[in-house]
Amino acid sequence: MEYDPASESAPDISGRGRSRGFSALRYKFENLFKSRDLYLGLFGIIAFVGTWHLLTGVLTLPRFEKLPNPVAVLTEFTSRHPVFGTSIYAPQYYLHILWSVWRIIEAFFLATLLGVPIGLFMGWKKVFKDYTFPILEMLRPIPVLAWVPLAILMWPGREAPIIFLAFLASFFATILNTLLGVESIDESYFRAARCLGSRPRHIFFRVVIPGALPFIFTGLQIGMGVAWFSLVAAEMLSGEYGLGYLVWDSYVLIQYPVIIIAMVTMGVTGFLFSLLIRMVGNALMRWTVREAT
Amino acid sequence: MTDKSSTKKFAGTNSAAPSGDGRIEISNVTKIYDPGGVNVCAVSDCSFDIEAGEFCVVVGPSGCGKTTLLNAIAGFHSISDGEIRLDGDVLCSATKMAEPGADRMVVFQNGALFPWCTVLKNVMYGPSVQGRMTSHQARAAALDILRELGLSEIGDAYPNEISSGMRRRVEIARALINDPKALLLDEPFRALDALTKGVAQEFLLQAYDRMKKTVFFITHDLEEALFLGTKVVIMTTRPCRVRKMITVDLPRPRTYKVRSSKRYLELKREVFDAVHEEALKAFKAGERELA
Ligand SMILES: Nc1ncnc2c1ncn2[C@@H]1O[C@H](COP(=O)(O)OP(=O)(O)O)[C@@H](O)[C@H]1O
Ligand SMILES: [Mg+2]
Repeated sequence: MEYDPASESAPDISGRGRSRGFSALRYKFENLFKSRDLYLGLFGIIAFVGTWHLLTGVLTLPRFEKLPNPVAVLTEFTSRHPVFGTSIYAPQYYLHILWSVWRIIEAFFLATLLGVPIGLFMGWKKVFKDYTFPILEMLRPIPVLAWVPLAILMWPGREAPIIFLAFLASFFATILNTLLGVESIDESYFRAARCLGSRPRHIFFRVVIPGALPFIFTGLQIGMGVAWFSLVAAEMLSGEYGLGYLVWDSYVLIQYPVIIIAMVTMGVTGFLFSLLIRMVGNALMRWTVREAT
Repeated sequence: MTDKSSTKKFAGTNSAAPSGDGRIEISNVTKIYDPGGVNVCAVSDCSFDIEAGEFCVVVGPSGCGKTTLLNAIAGFHSISDGEIRLDGDVLCSATKMAEPGADRMVVFQNGALFPWCTVLKNVMYGPSVQGRMTSHQARAAALDILRELGLSEIGDAYPNEISSGMRRRVEIARALINDPKALLLDEPFRALDALTKGVAQEFLLQAYDRMKKTVFFITHDLEEALFLGTKVVIMTTRPCRVRKMITVDLPRPRTYKVRSSKRYLELKREVFDAVHEEALKAFKAGERELA
């Protein structure tokens, strides 16, 4: 039998790689509780809520008297029989979250699925960019709210316009960042790839895509942010479920604590989505994650 | 696998095309850049030959057109006049631009290892895209070459996890695995500190002694030129043409000790004299420092 280095070291390499990624994660997690950052962050939140309570509950200053104070919000939020029907025990609350989350997922996936390939292609083929870039730059600055009438005229029903609006903002951000990502790739990588005997498809899959990946993920983060922004605006205008609708409906019905509950829920949900994207990004871009040693 | 006739190659390399001799003839090459209608003559009527298997070092003041010459051989841009031949075949001429290919491997000034690939994947890249090996064979060949060059420890590290000196070595390994006819290096050790540079140079010499590929090596470090080269070509200030050629008859294999030999010091003197004059001219012409 001849010695075959590949069969011996192949599993070793992938195994070591995986355990390294995992140990880095555990290291980070353990250090989280040791570091000051966590406690400083917690202190910041407590100070913020304290000030809010002081302004709305204790001092009731003129501009703040109508705002719900944190105690009222928390009472409503944790009550088994909420006065305004929105608490962690109310199925209705989760229904609103689910509707918004589902719409975001649809809009965001559509935007990514279309935006990333278009952006990659624009960066890859100069001619395609020459055709499309002026249109992109003309449409991109239009605020999403200006699209509302067209969205309603264009799409049937109640759901499609909402998703379209959330999609639109995310779509532009994704295209632009992907394009910038391709253009940020150093020329010497293309030269090296050609030198090593690459065909165009190799350059596309092995240089353009991985090279643009850091920018693509920045674009997806921004895209997720603006998708939430437009979604809430759209839900306020038309809808019967969703966190944006809940905010507006509670305002109309003078159920002020619910406004805060919905707002915080949006914040937390948006943050979780952002975190998810970052985690997927880090998993795909192992080379940018420096080992914690 | 244990074919004695291929001792010049690394164990893992077996290119489809038989490796030729790698003789490069540069005849009357002129390159005029034309940015915004202003003609910049970077290389003018430059001719010299590099013998097969020769380690040719090109030195010259910054901005004299060395990189321009290398890029023309590599196929990254065209030339305005003259022609360059590789083993007798016209590589590029006034009417034809060279295609980049695995027979002329470039090691870049600032390094161009793909940061998104591990060291092993970087080294495997050439054989696997050229389709001359299955990915399994490419992996085996890459592991072989890494082991022979003493780099097997870092196979699964990403380029940003290893030192810059290591990166240069890996880049040389990535080039050599393709069994090129010629190796083109554009100031590869420029950014390294003196100690790392010494080690990297010895690494390149060892690889050269084993492979005996034609090497086209650009530098502006004269000591480096003498230490590495078989032939040192000294260029004039822009436009670039040959001022002087010096054969470095120091014995191989060379180690750092060669730098204190009598012959080395004689040669050093000769080179410094030739270069000093050119440097002075370039300085007076106020040439902007170029990377
Ligand atoms: N793409 C370009 N466009 C116009 N001028 C260039 C270009 N590249 C290089 N030059 C000019 O050609 C000359 C030689 O450049 P280069 O070959 O990079 O020099 P070296 O590598 O010897 O330092 C320089 O004066 C530079 O200004
Ligand atoms: Mg240069």
